[in-house]
This record gives sequence, C-alpha cells and structure tokens, in this order.
Amino acid sequence: MSRNQADASGTKPALNSAVPTNGAIGRRDFLKAGGALIVGFSSAGVLADSLLAQGPPRFRMPGPDPAQIDTWLAIHSDNTATVYIGYVELGQGSTTSLLQVSAEELDLDMSQVSTVRVDTKISPNQGGTYSSSAIARGSPAIRQAAAAARLALLIMAAEKLEAPADKLTVARGVVSVAGKPGKSVTYGELIGKKRFDIQITGHERLKPVAEYTLVGSRPPRNDIPGKVRGTYTYLQHVRLPGMLHGRIVRPRGQGAYGLGAKVKSLDETSIGHIPGARVLRKGDFVGVVAPREWDAVRAARELKITWDMQPILPGSDHVYKAMRAEKTFDHTVLQRGDVGSAFGAAPASHTASGTFHGPYQAHATFGPNGALADVRPDSALLICSSQDVYTTRGTVARILGLKPEQVRAQYYEGSGTYGHSCYDDAAQAAAILSQLAGKPVRLQFMRWDEHGWDPYGPAHVGEVRIAADANGKLAAYQYDGWHHNWAAVETSQQLALGTPAQEWRLGAAQQVNPSDCGGMYEIPNVKLVNHQVDGLKYLKAAWLRSPLDLSFSFASEQTMDDLARRLGMDAYAFRRMNIANERWQGVLDAVARAAEWDPRPPASRLSHAEVVRGRGIGLGTHLTSYGAAVADIEVNKGTGQVKVTHLYGAIDAGLAVNPAFIENQISGQLVQATSRMLKEEVTFSKTNVTSLDWNSYPILRFEECPEVTPIVVQRIDQKSTGAGEEVMAATAGAIACAFFDATGVHMREYPLTPKRVLATLREA
Amino acid sequence: MTREIRIRVNGQLKRVESAPETPLLYVLTDEMHLQGPRFGCGLAQCGSCSVLLDGGEIRSCVTPVSSVNGKSVTTLEGLPKWYAEQKKLANVPELHPIQRTVIEEQAVQCGYCYNGMIVKAAELLSKNSHPSDQEIRTAMNGHLCRCGSYPRMMKAIRRASEMMHSDTRAAESADTDSGELAVSVATGDAEAAR
Repeated sequence: MSRNQADASGTKPALNSAVPTNGAIGRRDFLKAGGALIVGFSSAGVLADSLLAQGPPRFRMPGPDPAQIDTWLAIHSDNTATVYIGYVELGQGSTTSLLQVSAEELDLDMSQVSTVRVDTKISPNQGGTYSSSAIARGSPAIRQAAAAARLALLIMAAEKLEAPADKLTVARGVVSVAGKPGKSVTYGELIGKKRFDIQITGHERLKPVAEYTLVGSRPPRNDIPGKVRGTYTYLQHVRLPGMLHGRIVRPRGQGAYGLGAKVKSLDETSIGHIPGARVLRKGDFVGVVAPREWDAVRAARELKITWDMQPILPGSDHVYKAMRAEKTFDHTVLQRGDVGSAFGAAPASHTASGTFHGPYQAHATFGPNGALADVRPDSALLICSSQDVYTTRGTVARILGLKPEQVRAQYYEGSGTYGHSCYDDAAQAAAILSQLAGKPVRLQFMRWDEHGWDPYGPAHVGEVRIAADANGKLAAYQYDGWHHNWAAVETSQQLALGTPAQEWRLGAAQQVNPSDCGGMYEIPNVKLVNHQVDGLKYLKAAWLRSPLDLSFSFASEQTMDDLARRLGMDAYAFRRMNIANERWQGVLDAVARAAEWDPRPPASRLSHAEVVRGRGIGLGTHLTSYGAAVADIEVNKGTGQVKVTHLYGAIDAGLAVNPAFIENQISGQLVQATSRMLKEEVTFSKTNVTSLDWNSYPILRFEECPEVTPIVVQRIDQKSTGAGEEVMAATAGAIACAFFDATGVHMREYPLTPKRVLATLREA
Repeated sequence: MTREIRIRVNGQLKRVESAPETPLLYVLTDEMHLQGPRFGCGLAQCGSCSVLLDGGEIRSCVTPVSSVNGKSVTTLEGLPKWYAEQKKLANVPELHPIQRTVIEEQAVQCGYCYNGMIVKAAELLSKNSHPSDQEIRTAMNGHLCRCGSYPRMMKAIRRASEMMHSDTRAAESADTDSGELAVSVATGDAEAAR
C-alpha cells in the first residue's frame, strides 16, 4: 500500500533539478538518516520569513515570566530535565520535536528530557497552537532558554571543577574538563533541586546548526507507546471526584450563526423517570446532568424540548449562488502591474478562466470534544482540549463572572482537531453546567453535537483568470474569492448569555491567500480580490486545516493546467518555467522526480475506455512552507467513481527537526485531502445542518485509501516552518488536475462524488 | 431489580453495577476505568469503542451490557494476555504483535482511533494469520481514521502477520515438546495458503 520511504533523492535524472541531491553539497551524516530526505541549501526563504513577520508570538500576556529560565525548564538531581512547553500536543509529535530542540541545546539525550501537560498554573504562555506553528514559533524561546541554562550550568561547573569554561565539554549532561579524564560533574549535581533564578538575555550563544546531532534525527514519538497500550489519558478519560456527567441539548444541527437557537418549549418533567437526572438552563443554553453517564445520554435524548429555528439559510444546494449574489465587503488583497491591459493584450488561446466551488467541510473530530469543570464561587478548574488554554481561560472566566487568575485551565489531548473544532464550545458548556449544578461536571459532546455544531471550514466561490504570453510565460492572474469569515463567539456563550454572534476582524488567513493564488509563480500583473460575505446568515465557521487553501488550489491549479493544455505544454514544465523561487522549484522537482513524472500536455491521452487514468501535479501552501503533490487517479465514467491510487507529497518546511514526524504529517495530509476532495460536504436545509454522523458526512475509508509517498525537502540553513498543512492544498490541486488529465473535463465543484462526476461528464 | 450481570473482562470476572440496558462501553469506561475502548459516535459507525467479545470484534457503544452477561470481553489492555493464550505462549508478552508493529511503524497520529484499529487487526490476525492486502482493507474498512493513518496501519498489520509467524513457530516447537497441538495456528496457515 505504501511506498513510504521513496528514494526521492533520485534514480530518475530526467528532470532538471535545482535541488542538490546526494553529495552535491557538503553536509553531515545525520541529515541523511532518512531515505526520503533531500538536502538542499537555499538563500530564498522569503515566503516563510515575510509571513512569519506578520504573526509574532503573542507574548505579553498572563502566565509565568518568559524571561526566566525557570519558566522553561528545571534540572533535577538525577540529571534529567523537565521542559515546560506552551504548545500542546495534537498528535503531530511536536512535543517530542520540542524536546529534541531542548536536549540538543542542553547536550542531553532524549531519555533525559520530558515535559508536563500544558497548564495555566505552570506552563509558559506561548499563545495558541495554531497554523502549524509549534516548531516555528515555539522552538526559538525554548532553544534560547536551554542555551541560557547550559551557559549558567557551565559557569557553575567551571567554578566547581576549577577549570576555565572554554576547556569544558558536555555530553549527556555530564560536564568534563578537556584532557583531564575523571574530572567531571553532572548538571544534576550542579543545580540539584534549586531554581536557576537567572534571566534569559536572548544573547546566549546558540549551538550552530552544523553541530546538531539530535535535531534533524528521528527519535520516536514519546506519546505513541501509551496510546497503543491503552494507558494514555485522553481528555475523554479524565474523571473528577464527585462529578456529574453532562450533555448539552440543542437542535440536531445548527441553523444560521446569527440566530443561534431559541427554546420554544421545555418540559423538565419529561426526564423525571431517569435517576438523578436534572435539566440545567441558562438563557437558551440547555443541558442535562446525571450521576451516571448513560442516564445523562438518555436524559438529553428524552428531554421534551422544541426550538424556534428560522428557515433563513440558503441550503447547501444553493449556497454558492446565494453567496455570489450577496452584497459583499470587497478588499483588494494584492494588486501588481495592470491585469486589465495584460489580459487585453493576451491572445484568447493563451487565456484560461473558470468559476469553482468548495463546500463547507467539518473538522469532524473523531472523538467528540468534551471538557470537565469544577466551578466554585471564587475559583474554577477547567480541563479541556483547547489549543490555546490561556485564551480559553479568559473567555470562560468572563462567562463565569470570575477573573482569569481565578481559573486554572489544563490541557488534555483529545482526538485530532485539525483546527478550531468544538473544543472551546465544549469548555464553555462544561463550565456553565458546573456553575449551574454546583458540582464538578464532565461534559461529553455526542456525535451529532460535534458534527452538527462544528465551526466549519467555510464554503467558497473562486473566479480565476490566467493568461500567458506566446512563450508560455505567465502574464496576468486574477482571482476573486467569495466566502465568509470565522465565528468569534462560541455557541455556548451565545445561547447562555445572549451575546450576539460576531465574526472575526478580517485577517490574512480568512481572505484570498496571495501565497496560494498565483504566489508561487512569477507573474507581472496580478489582482486578488476578497469578497467577504456576511456570515451571520450562514453557518458558524472557523479555521479548518489549511483554511480555504484547498479551494484556492482546486481553482487556481486547474486553471493553470487548462492554460498548459492550450499552450500544448507539459504541466510540470509549464509550472517549472514560471517559478523563480528555488524553494518552490525544489518541492516541485522533488515530487516530480519521486513520481517519475512523464512529460506531456494535460488531457493529451484521452481514452474511450470506461475506466480512465489521469495524473496531475499541484502546488500549494498555507502561510509558510512549500507544498507540492502528484496524484494518480482512476475515473470510472460509467459509475462516476473516482479512485485516487497513489499520491506523492513533498514539503519544504525549512530545517526539519524530526523528518520522520513530517513524513507522517505529509501522509496524513495526502489522505485527509483525498477525503476532502472526494467525499466531504456539510449538507444543510434552509433551517439546519443535516450531516450529523459518519453516514451523512462520510470520510475516506481504509479500502479507498491511496498509496502515499511522502518526501521531506530538508533545508538545514533555513528556519523551521509549519509542516501540518501545506500539502493539503497541493493535493487538492493535483487530484483536480488528474481528473482533467483523465477526462479532459474540469470539475467545477468538489467533492468529486459519483453523482457530481456523472453530471459533469454528461454536461461536457 | 433484574438478575445480576457478570462479565469476564481481560480474564477477570467482574460484577456489573450499571443498569442492564447500559451500553457495555459505559460499563468499561465509567465502572471499570479502562482507557482502551472510548466513545466516538455511539452509533456503531466508527470503531472507537471496539472490544473483542469471545474473540470477535464488537461495538461496545451499542451493545447492552445485559446481552454480554457471562461472556468474555477483551479490551486493548488485555490483548497481550489474550494473544498469549491463543498462541499458548509460556509468557505473556509485553505487547501484542500488532501493538509492537504499530509502535515500530510510528503509525499513530492523534491515536484516538487506534483502540479500534488495533482490536480489529488483532481479531483479523487471529482468524487469518496471512491476510492479503485486500483482506486487510476489507476487514479494516469499518474503522475510520480522521488523521489519515491508514497507510501506516496497513504496513503495521503486514509486519505483525510476519512477526506472529515467528511466535507461532516458537510455540509450535514448545508444543511439540509438551505433546500439545497448536490447532489455531494450523488453520491460519491453511487459509493463508489459498
């Protein structure tokens, strides 16, 4: 099934590659540890740096003093270290990676470092674990703190060993004097149980990349053994003494975000027969609690309640038309050159355009979210799966009428969230229920709560037009995108306090993305326009892994292939000649080489067979890093069934701290993007969402899973950037282009369900 | 009150306190504090809650505890012991082979679905020691993974199958010494030879 560790470093030399492969540039052995690694040096790095600069770590906030070494780590007398990390583990392995960074800088090995769960009482506030930023934004502070600690320990050691600091060496936390065997002291002996009480200056010397031995290597993840034995404690396993089990009661499937839900009638006696069950209500927020979990489940199910739900949604069948007809807030994201003149000058045969549609999609968290709360008159304990415990603590405190410092929020990993699922909604609901009950409450969302009240990735309409000159050089690019923004107020708060629904202030991630929409190509004339729809009449939305990027790439990369076909050019060669950035070139070359790309214009080998094959290539990103993918697919023209048979995905995320984890992330992105392109679509009527479980919201299954080949482009001279999202968009583009290659027809809307494919082929 | 319900969980006989219609999942998690089976959908659609009932995989979220009265339930935590009994191994290994290969392949992402993935794969391998790729896909198709870890799970199952074979050979030679027959093993080999 999987040709996981493909030899991407290249037995097929057919492609003209800018990425040095084996032996091209001097480097150390550790970076060759993985079979799939390509080691490259680059001075490009522009995308990552410029975008990271827009989002500095949000650091001036509550929590332990980030300037103190003790905030970040403690050395114990047994010569081990506890590292305090502000980023949460979401199943990508970033915790282990951050421990690698710490151990590297401290000259410890992996067995000597561990961490504790993220907790507002203990952990540094590094902001939320968003945008695949745990390594990019999380590691610098941890690395600097570790360097400061090492320096302090060396000063102590110099005194203890009566040797000059520059004669000291460290291995596994044992400080020795060069040339004097037997003269040594351990970190643990130097500091024991004491605190450092030393400020981090930010100027402590960091270990040069060339001396790394742990960073860039592949130690296994520290959370996996427990997850496999059944000893790992997920949020869903946590219990508090004396607690009640809680469930929320809401309409099955959300309606328009702006309306929330209004209770029309409620008969509390309808659950009188269930032992210990109580209805708890605050405004339109309704929940039930009971001492036994099954009784809470039954009470939520059997409670007689009716809701006032207004039929103001457009319905999923009409959502694109409705959005396109809205009066929108328009904002030109990027304007370069003069697209009007450039399109005017380009011959019609060198212009391609189209309108494309992407549906609402759900996070569909596999284990529905939950939370536990123990709310007292003057304090509260909150146990949740928030990706940003400090922010969640602040919001929950306001809802409870407490100060943030009176609330302690602890993170427990739930199942993968892939963005902002219902974790904050669940945290708020647990807190409200505990306050109303006067007891600790464990709240668990049911499957229909999670699927039905998710803040979905928003639907999107994209109109794209691209022109090239007679030589195939891109001349003009215009993208107009319609979608709405993200929800700023969670449903629990909205229902309990009557807080009006409100959307986020427009930020970079909620608009037409210049990096995805033509940004990888050299184009002199570009215009990108964001048409923001008022989201209050639509579904509640939030960031879903690689927000909007799949829709951008689906539209943009298909249109690129359309243009390549018109020019009679190979899809890879056409892209290659229009890219100047060597990091984009690097991932494109890496994926093409791994897939043994066979040059030809798209849709140039059409067949009359019932089952036809196609191959597509696509580029994509999120905010940082560089993603490329090749898709091999089969289309059954009789049934409309699309089968993705093999996917190749390459990422350049700068210095890959642990390439093995990135390979796992690439594999997951390839599979999840396939699921989103072929199957996933939130359905809703004029009144409410109707896709409420795995039957009505199907995802990719084991039998449908493609083979995957992940490729990590290692760039040891570049800053580490995110690796959890960028291949999603590239895959979306590659699958769509493969469909075009197989059939000669563009899909204008995803997911590529049999029904939609048949209708598209019939119309063509 | 109805008759008392007793179930054998990972080899230990347990008296059930919950009401008879309570799904087995809530008994295992809330009464017995097991962390293998876990809530995913409550609809038997996803496989998070899977356990083995007398060796066959079931969805504990829709199985009333009264319907398993007197039966033997094996959860993720009990798989090494269950495996040792099946293979007549002298000692209980630390992990079932599929648990070992899942760790070795670093297959897991968030890991929430891995209770069901591992339980189902253990059931498959107990019935078919040499499953083909298609047989693996078919058997595992009712277990969803939102992280998209299927390719690595596939590799882990293939490798566990190989590993179990070496365990089998070890058990067979031990059995020959003691004069017992490893019946389940012979069946598995025959199926694999098709």
